[in-house]
Amino acid sequence: MSTPTLPVSSASLWVAACGRDRLIRERGVAVLLPDAAQAALFRTHGDELYAVGNIDPFSGAAVMSRGIVGDRAGEPTVASPMLKQVFSLRTGRCLDDPDVALATYAVRVRAGVVEVCSRPGEAGV
Amino acid sequence: MRQLVVIGNGMVGHRLVEAVLSRDTAEPWHVTVLGEEPRPAYDRVALSSYFDGAGEFDLRLPDLARHGNVELLLGEAATALDRAARTVETSTGRTLAYDALVLATGSAPFVPPVPGRDLPGCHVYRTIEDLEAITATARAAAARDDTAGVVVGGGLLGLEAANALRLLGLQPHVVEMAPWLMPRQVDEGGGAVLGRLVAETGVTCHTAAGLAGIEPDPRGGLRVLLGEEGPGQERIDAGVVVFSVGVRPRDELARAAGLEIGPRGGVAVDSACRTSDPRIYAVGECASTQGTVYGLVAPGNAMAEVAAENLAGGAAEFTGADTSTKLKLLGVDVASFGDAQGETEGALEVVLNDAPGGRYAKLVVSDDASTLLGGVLVGDASAYAGLRPLVGRALPGDPLGLIAPERGGAAAGAGVAALPDDAQVCSCNAVTKGTVTDAIAQGSTDIPALKACTRAGTSCGSCVPLLKNLLADSGIEQSKALCEHFAHSRAELVEIVTATGVATFSELIARHGTGRGCDICKPAVASILASLGGGHILEGEQAALQDTNDHFLANLQRNGTYSVVPRIPGGEITPDKLIVIGEVAREFGLYTKITGAQRIDLLGARVEQLPAVWARLVEAGFESGHAYGKALRTVKSCVGSTWCRYGVQDSVGMAIRLELRYRGLRSPHKLKSAVSGCARECAEARGKDFGVIATEHGWNLYVGGNGGFTPRHAELLAADLDDETLIRYIDRFLMFYIRTADRLQRTAAWIEQLEGGLDHLRAVVVEDSLGIAAELEEAMARHVSGYADEWRGVLEDPEKLARFVSFANAPEAPDPTISFEIERDQPVPAGPVALGMPARRGASEPAAAGTA
Repeated sequence: MSTPTLPVSSASLWVAACGRDRLIRERGVAVLLPDAAQAALFRTHGDELYAVGNIDPFSGAAVMSRGIVGDRAGEPTVASPMLKQVFSLRTGRCLDDPDVALATYAVRVRAGVVEVCSRPGEAGV
Repeated sequence: MRQLVVIGNGMVGHRLVEAVLSRDTAEPWHVTVLGEEPRPAYDRVALSSYFDGAGEFDLRLPDLARHGNVELLLGEAATALDRAARTVETSTGRTLAYDALVLATGSAPFVPPVPGRDLPGCHVYRTIEDLEAITATARAAAARDDTAGVVVGGGLLGLEAANALRLLGLQPHVVEMAPWLMPRQVDEGGGAVLGRLVAETGVTCHTAAGLAGIEPDPRGGLRVLLGEEGPGQERIDAGVVVFSVGVRPRDELARAAGLEIGPRGGVAVDSACRTSDPRIYAVGECASTQGTVYGLVAPGNAMAEVAAENLAGGAAEFTGADTSTKLKLLGVDVASFGDAQGETEGALEVVLNDAPGGRYAKLVVSDDASTLLGGVLVGDASAYAGLRPLVGRALPGDPLGLIAPERGGAAAGAGVAALPDDAQVCSCNAVTKGTVTDAIAQGSTDIPALKACTRAGTSCGSCVPLLKNLLADSGIEQSKALCEHFAHSRAELVEIVTATGVATFSELIARHGTGRGCDICKPAVASILASLGGGHILEGEQAALQDTNDHFLANLQRNGTYSVVPRIPGGEITPDKLIVIGEVAREFGLYTKITGAQRIDLLGARVEQLPAVWARLVEAGFESGHAYGKALRTVKSCVGSTWCRYGVQDSVGMAIRLELRYRGLRSPHKLKSAVSGCARECAEARGKDFGVIATEHGWNLYVGGNGGFTPRHAELLAADLDDETLIRYIDRFLMFYIRTADRLQRTAAWIEQLEGGLDHLRAVVVEDSLGIAAELEEAMARHVSGYADEWRGVLEDPEKLARFVSFANAPEAPDPTISFEIERDQPVPAGPVALGMPARRGASEPAAAGTA
């Protein structure tokens, strides 16, 4: 399978995902990052943006962006569509298994375009 | 091998053989069963359901002949016993040697010695042959406009027979010598209320009436004469007469062989169920224990277990049986338990006699009013479950309070808390309170789990309210809350949405819930909105509620790809359409497999491929098969009368009609169906949520079946329906289920937890007991007229179509984690994929990874 090419320069830390209007409230999209990494980008009901790793640690499939967004006791969450484990969108931590966590990615909006930081755990500039 | 001969293949004989086979012994028995009747053992207790549409098939008990150590000789009676030679002679001239013998010969109906009792048109009521003869006579009578039928005997069986005559379209008369009906079970006050309730069902009761004789009448019918000859003699012109005055033990073989006989007939047995010959046992209605002959199946079963244990070398004893009964006769509840007639020395009675309300209750208590001894309930037997286990124990409170109508429910609760651990809560399966509370402590926290674990509540079901109380008493909160965001059950949310017209999840959770929802409540609410006609499931905010399967209208597989299942109604497909499916699979490199539901699964499609795959399929005339949804999946069929030599109806045509009617219907869980063209049942309809089986006269409708984790056969809801009535009943059944079931509760579990179970469901669906049938039908009509193919809806809407991309920033780029290898000439997910065990909260569903 050919390696997909990205519409960003590899020098940039930030990857443009899509226009902010393209994001449906309480749904996610997958974002392709350099080196074939991928993030799951979500817009909550309160219009907060979160990005976490797209690969479900329990199944190894790249499906986190397709999970259901909600909350557990106020904590914004996404549930894996594969076997339904729930993860915090803020911390990436699995709320059903404290030993498991997703990477988190910083998100920002520039000129109406949502950008995801291509390096996990960094707050960006 | 040791030879065991069992004479009699009724319910108790059958139970005995089952019990013998279930015990491991060093030296197993080879069992030969002699059955006088020409057919395998059947449920004689349910005999009257034969007139309610049940066939012999529905009544049949599990097949014993499948066991390698059992030989079943049907239509062959035992004619003589030679105890010295240890042999049995049979009606075909065979001689069978035995090491042990069990008499399970049952009883024969007693016909009083009145003139005319042998006339054509006079019958007894015990075997399927008797029912067939009664049916033939009734039909001939109806052809002559002879519309009356007389049952002689107003006991339990007599009322059953009266119901049978009513179902045959006759006007039943019941003739009872005693001053009231069911004199053995109920007292005079109960009998009076019972008589009125029975009369309201259209049965004419003649109590304190002596049968003088029966004469042929010139029209070809019978004239039944009641009372002394003279001007006061009453005459009933009838087409059929059924004798049901009692039974006599079949002890003639034993008598001829010189075995000891009980004082009132029946083969005398000791507490081990052994006769005066230690190699010969007797069980059931032919046996006399301590002078008593039991005419009920429960004591017979208990004796069968005792005899089987002793045959296996054990030492079990039969010490008498509880003859408490709770029945519904002609739609009237009757129960009696313990010392119902107050025969105990000094017994006192507490009576509630609500004649206008059609309700009678009596408790018999000890002379100091401290202990419950027995009771009678007529018209409303709901207190039975709570009262029966209290017999012989201290009363938990004021006896009148236990039977007062407004506190009937409380009685069960108060009773169960007061019960000691060794008290039986389920008398059908001899389950004690202690067994149930142990099961609860070990994690059986709902009714289905308790039933599976203890067998309590699995026979007559009358103890289910008690089980609920035990669960509540154990501190297990039967929370109906859907999840942390809604304190309501799914059924309550349906009511809220219906009553308030709330149309979005956001509005619903803002007004009736907390937070922003989760993967439990969102799909549940999405399903409710869709069931009630919410338009396309991906429209507006609904898109955010759907789980991934519904969101992409395909089934997520373990590697992140999806499977595609086009609808193939009834499993019928043209060669051209088959070719299209093959071409699509080849073009997109999909793995193909035939599903269990007569469809074709195309696996391995990536998200961004789904629109192109479906564009081809929709163009060829396919629609969504909803394999991804909690919705109607498929209506499977056999080829039916169009092709099959045995088919009696067009099962394919009906299956297609049903599938097209209910396609797209969102429900609490997936829904499966099938239509079989004859009783051979090749479509496996009884394994479905609603199954239809053709009969000579129309269709039988079965409900509540499923395969999967807990397989269950569907049960007969209604028989011999014409096409339109069938569809009307299914409309009502499905909408009632959709409105009242819990989330992810399939029809079997739903029926099981319905108060009143299948009977209640039948009342709602067939008799419209709740007065909601028209509303349910209208709701279904709205579904049918509002149906549109979901995939066509996506293809025609650029906004929805735009969601089917792999990456927001690289819409056409394939997911680099997905790769395939070739196995048996087809692509399958490459490499090991480790699916971890889910660490889940509470009850969960398995991911819907399967096919249709």
